[in-house]
Amino acid sequence: MRVEGAGRGLRARVLIRPKAGILDPQGVAVERALPALGFTGVANVHVGRLVELDVDDPDQLEPMCRRLLANPLVEDFEIIVG
Amino acid sequence: MRFAVLQFPGSCDEVDALRAARMVGEAELVWHRDRDLGGADAVIVPGGFSFGDYLRAGAIARFSPAMDAVVELARDGGLVLGICNGFQVLCEAGLLPGALLPNANLRFTCRQVELDVVSGRSVFTSACTPGRRLSIPAKHSWGRYYADAETLASIERDGQVVLRYAPGCNFNGSINEIAGVCNAAGNVFGLMPHPEHAVEKLTGGSSDGLCIFRSMQLALEGARA
Repeated sequence: MRVEGAGRGLRARVLIRPKAGILDPQGVAVERALPALGFTGVANVHVGRLVELDVDDPDQLEPMCRRLLANPLVEDFEIIVG
Repeated sequence: MRFAVLQFPGSCDEVDALRAARMVGEAELVWHRDRDLGGADAVIVPGGFSFGDYLRAGAIARFSPAMDAVVELARDGGLVLGICNGFQVLCEAGLLPGALLPNANLRFTCRQVELDVVSGRSVFTSACTPGRRLSIPAKHSWGRYYADAETLASIERDGQVVLRYAPGCNFNGSINEIAGVCNAAGNVFGLMPHPEHAVEKLTGGSSDGLCIFRSMQLALEGARA
């Protein structure tokens, strides 16, 4: 359900990544696929998620990430506003 | 004894869970919007793909109204069993330590697995012989159990690891071969494989899953006696 007039304030992006040191099988699969296409010299591939949203109060972004958008036990998140 | 079996949009194993629970007691489905567990002594959070596994498996289901009742029941010492997606929901809700991550083999895998019963002391395995190996099916793509080093040390030390994959069965890459863990109080338990699918030899490959439900019955009816 989208609420008219809500969340029109600021454009924000949240980047969510697997924490360093935790096996990231998607990253490994992509890293192995690239050389097969002739792209060499690629290392440390990690696959995460991007959440884009409009928010009235950017201070809510961090609690949103902690409670829902990311799982802080296994993921790091980065908030980019504007 | 009375079970409540939760049902979320996208659940798919609630009927088998209901059937397994009815082999040891009464059981009713509870829709996820309902806060009333109907006086249940135990809750089963079933397998499936609640909310399409959007965001992360279990991430959205944990905020369903019925989960408030589950948190309350757990706090009051009731038994909570999370199977597969239910395990993911309980981890996301913070009722169980750790998290479930995509399988190391990056595939949805459906196969029979052998599980070692680690802790005969758990109320969820008290009807199983300690050291016994259970043969039950597993089917998931997000089943790699993970906990950070500190959490792992504490759950191992405190006997919270209840089931481990037998050699050759840890296809998802779970840390320390962990297939099932309980909380510190011992009344909340989650596992990735499906005991509710293995209650009859004809359809489940074995009836080994029944011992989980019998253990819950033993714990609750023993508590009442």
